Amino acid sequence: MNLTIRPKLELLKKELIEKIIEEAYIILEKQGVYVENIEALELFKEAGIRVDDETQRVFITSQLVEDSLSSTPSVIKLYDRSGDKEFIVGEDEVHFDPGSTAVTIIDHKTQEQRKALTEDLVKFTRLTDCLDHLHFQSTGIISSDVPEIISDSYRLYICLQFSEKPIVTGTFRVEGFKPMKDMLVAVRGSEKALEERPLAIFDACPSPALKWSNLTTQSLIDCARAGIPSELISMGMTGATSPVTIAGTLVQHVAENLCGLVICQLAKKGAPVIFGGSPSSFDMRKGTTPMGAIETMMIDSAYAQIAKHLNLPTHAYMGLSDAKINDSQAGLETGIGAVLAALSGINVISGPGMMDFESCQSLEKLVIDNEICGMAYRLIEGISQREDPIATNLFDGFTKETQFLSMPHTRKWYRQEHIFPRVIDRDTYDYWVSLGKKSMDDRASEEAEKILRENSPSLLDKNIFQELHKIMLSDARNNSFSALPEIKIGSSPKELIGS
Amino acid sequence: MLKGRSMNRKMRKEKLKKEKNTKERIVEKEKNRNKLNSKGENVSKEELLTKMKKSIIEGNKDEAKALAREAVEKHVDLNEAIDEGYVPGIQKVGDLWEEGEYFLPELITSAECMKAAMGVLKPELKKAQIKAKSLGKVVIGTVEGDIHDIGKSLVSSMLSANGFEVIDLGADVKLEKFIEMAEAEDADFICLSALLTTTMLGQKKFIELLKEKNLFGRFKIMVGGAPVNQKWADDISADGYAENAMTAVKEAKNLLRK
Repeated sequence: MNLTIRPKLELLKKELIEKIIEEAYIILEKQGVYVENIEALELFKEAGIRVDDETQRVFITSQLVEDSLSSTPSVIKLYDRSGDKEFIVGEDEVHFDPGSTAVTIIDHKTQEQRKALTEDLVKFTRLTDCLDHLHFQSTGIISSDVPEIISDSYRLYICLQFSEKPIVTGTFRVEGFKPMKDMLVAVRGSEKALEERPLAIFDACPSPALKWSNLTTQSLIDCARAGIPSELISMGMTGATSPVTIAGTLVQHVAENLCGLVICQLAKKGAPVIFGGSPSSFDMRKGTTPMGAIETMMIDSAYAQIAKHLNLPTHAYMGLSDAKINDSQAGLETGIGAVLAALSGINVISGPGMMDFESCQSLEKLVIDNEICGMAYRLIEGISQREDPIATNLFDGFTKETQFLSMPHTRKWYRQEHIFPRVIDRDTYDYWVSLGKKSMDDRASEEAEKILRENSPSLLDKNIFQELHKIMLSDARNNSFSALPEIKIGSSPKELIGS
Repeated sequence: MLKGRSMNRKMRKEKLKKEKNTKERIVEKEKNRNKLNSKGENVSKEELLTKMKKSIIEGNKDEAKALAREAVEKHVDLNEAIDEGYVPGIQKVGDLWEEGEYFLPELITSAECMKAAMGVLKPELKKAQIKAKSLGKVVIGTVEGDIHDIGKSLVSSMLSANGFEVIDLGADVKLEKFIEMAEAEDADFICLSALLTTTMLGQKKFIELLKEKNLFGRFKIMVGGAPVNQKWADDISADGYAENAMTAVKEAKNLLRK
């Protein structure tokens, strides 16, 4: 008999979940949602839904929502670049990936934020590829050395070249979808193969309150048809762009995401959808959106619980911080978030490495957060009975001199029962002094450098990369840009691509 | 920690109480003075102005509107009503914000009251062919590709509440549209908001566009939004940057002096 329980956090009573869903249904039907996309409006009309063409408002019936829910898969299988390794996105499986789309990076030497370059994105991608507790990659940073217009496809291009892991990404323009999909298809070999083994998740954010923009709606439709999972990122801000109460924001969150889910199912029945989000508590003093606020995490955990009630895969932006440097705020907000997210059984948790209201990435923080994620994984693994009896046999012949260090039992289990951090400090004071009194941030910086130095990049097959390069170059040229930055792939300056 | 906080609260409460007492005393005094005033007209005007101020501070929209109508009916000098009734109200709101007493919900509610009162007074001023006082004309909007409205609307409300004439173009505004409108309206300021890290680049493009059109320097350009900071504003050669709606008002006033 398995006596292990997976520790779990549930913030909502079943009756409250049902009440929230009920109100979301009412809003969808009575208030409707703005959908600023002609194709989607046509899809709604075909489904017999009332559409106000002038205001681009659709009034979605509960029946359509129910139908759409029943055709949405409850589990998605995602595959790494090779197509061999499978990841279950659904049930209570937990996968961490770095927080995405930062525009700046912390420069460890100056401790200042600066714009990121291709070189930073490569380092970030390679580092993520090596960090064990980050199961997925994310197109985490925008490179400022390519024009903004192609920055969506460019980050995916870099990511695919330098990492094996499945990717969380998204478009910044309607036209961005095609080159991005073409790259994914190139890696898989065919459209059908990509559909069968999805490699990337595309984020799509509705705009609070109750609005789906042209860009994000198009992304939903395009992804649904290509079999690419869409991650619905509703992001109300309590009291500013959504109701001030947590329960009120949840109602809006559910309504917005369900509208997205319906669009996906109308575009293609059975399309994979992840119920995600990036809502936040809105700071009424500063006018900011703290991702590290406990209320933000409560909203996240609660909508995930609602999504599970609806039998959907889940996502959240958790395990990140609003701190500007790697200080204790960075650690505590990330730590609390990652642990709560894991306890909530959220399938895709985007956050590690990220700071300053989702705007900045840090390689050092990524290394630190990887350890936090490791702790979170250990926690949800729970406590198991490894052997029967549990321990009485270990006390056979017990004397005052008995110790456990040399027991075969210890040797057998200590690595399964305990995890060993690399940058968290567990040294004695004197030893820590002898090592130069280094801070966590400094140790993490050294660790990042070490990882990048000692691991060769997991590069894409050369021929496939040439295809990717062609797609990228053509996208760049279509946007009147031809000089893609040179990418250094190894330590030798001769190993350049894209020159 | 807790003790410190409750102490602070207590002190603040007492401070407020004191202020209230002083306020009450002043009101008493005014009342007495007005009682001595033989002209009933002045009494009611002073009272009206005080009520106007109060309606803004308390965020009572219906009251603010009703008082504006009353001022029109009683033929009170409307510019005086604005300058000595409503404006001191919004200034007090600004002070309360600075002191940490008021938060955004109070701020925005008061700004909306101001707008409601102005909605009554401005057409009347126009009818009487009196020019409404304006600190300057502002064209404001969120740049294209970005449909986030909230921050921009806050700035828009606060600028308008503080005496600027504001033309709010809304969200997802084409860069050319800002210029067209600013030229047509002969605006003093163009304010560009961006909430997304991806769309803030539109602010930079906008300034390049102005330069292309040889219009750089004609308008004062202010930028804002969650990912925007002073450095970014400097980098793209914007004239001003504001972190929040209150500093936007200050910054705009500062730029007027330049």
